[in-house]
Amino acid sequence: MSTPATPALPGQPGDEAGPVFREPWEAQAFALAVELSAAGHFTWNEWAETLGAEIKAAQAAGDPDLGDTYYHHWLAALERLTAEKGLVVPDDRRSRRDAWEQAYRDTPHGRPVELKKRP
Amino acid sequence: MPSEHSHDHDHSEVPSDLALRVKALESLLVEKGLVDPAALEILIDTYETKVGPRNGAKVVAHAWSDPDYKARLLADGSKAIAEFGFDGRQGKDIVVVENTEQVHNMVVCTLCSCYPWPVLGLPPVWYKASPYRARAVRDPVGVLKDFGVTLPEDVEIRVWDSTAELRYLVLPQRPAGTEGLSEADLAELVTRDSMIGTGLAKQPGAGGTP
Repeated sequence: MSTPATPALPGQPGDEAGPVFREPWEAQAFALAVELSAAGHFTWNEWAETLGAEIKAAQAAGDPDLGDTYYHHWLAALERLTAEKGLVVPDDRRSRRDAWEQAYRDTPHGRPVELKKRP
Repeated sequence: MPSEHSHDHDHSEVPSDLALRVKALESLLVEKGLVDPAALEILIDTYETKVGPRNGAKVVAHAWSDPDYKARLLADGSKAIAEFGFDGRQGKDIVVVENTEQVHNMVVCTLCSCYPWPVLGLPPVWYKASPYRARAVRDPVGVLKDFGVTLPEDVEIRVWDSTAELRYLVLPQRPAGTEGLSEADLAELVTRDSMIGTGLAKQPGAGGTP
């Protein structure tokens, strides 16, 4: 089994084996970017440029960027690039996010959380 | 982000805004066929098995090497783990339970998949699956056998049921013949499963994968 090559990016938290995640969503966001690139929806360079721009913008807005917000920028870049590439419409993304939140609120603890209806 | 979790409500723990945004993206991309959910799973699995548990392995190796640290770890797991800087939002209440010649500890979350991920990374698929969750309490000996672990009959097996507020990390027994090893070498012997209690630490020189 091989995993797609994931060139290390400057500032990415990690150790000698690769990236390290603080929370599950970080790994999911990481995997989405890697898989979208592997599937040819954007190049890894395009990804790095978008991420770099997000990090710069966040720094300009006052984020000390100590690594703990790295995946916040990663997610922002993912949202931006999927919109720019026409993969996901931002409005769809926002309504889906709210639908998931509602699904969690409506689901008893311990039961699988599922969306009621697909918009 | 404040935790809204409490004992007196009955809905599932609502993820953070960030987690919801990722979930939204992921579900839309999968529905449109733009990413392969199986490939995502493989990638995440790679990191949960190869990267995540390294944090816990460092903690365990340090506890094996430093009796004072071990005492602190068993007295207040969260605080001792925070000495390494591993203190994610949900890692605040980690209790460390020690395996000995007499006691073997094993961790499960019967309700969902609560997991000490600041030290262990993401939970493996089997940990989240209902067969493990259901059987770990009822038939721990059988579950251990499935994982290839057979303990002497006089060893007491304790199964700890995690909750959203309280998560457990098993401190596995230090393998024999490791007296001269450095902490870094010791950490290599600590597998993810040994910290869940479904495995034992590796023997030095045994090689292989967790």
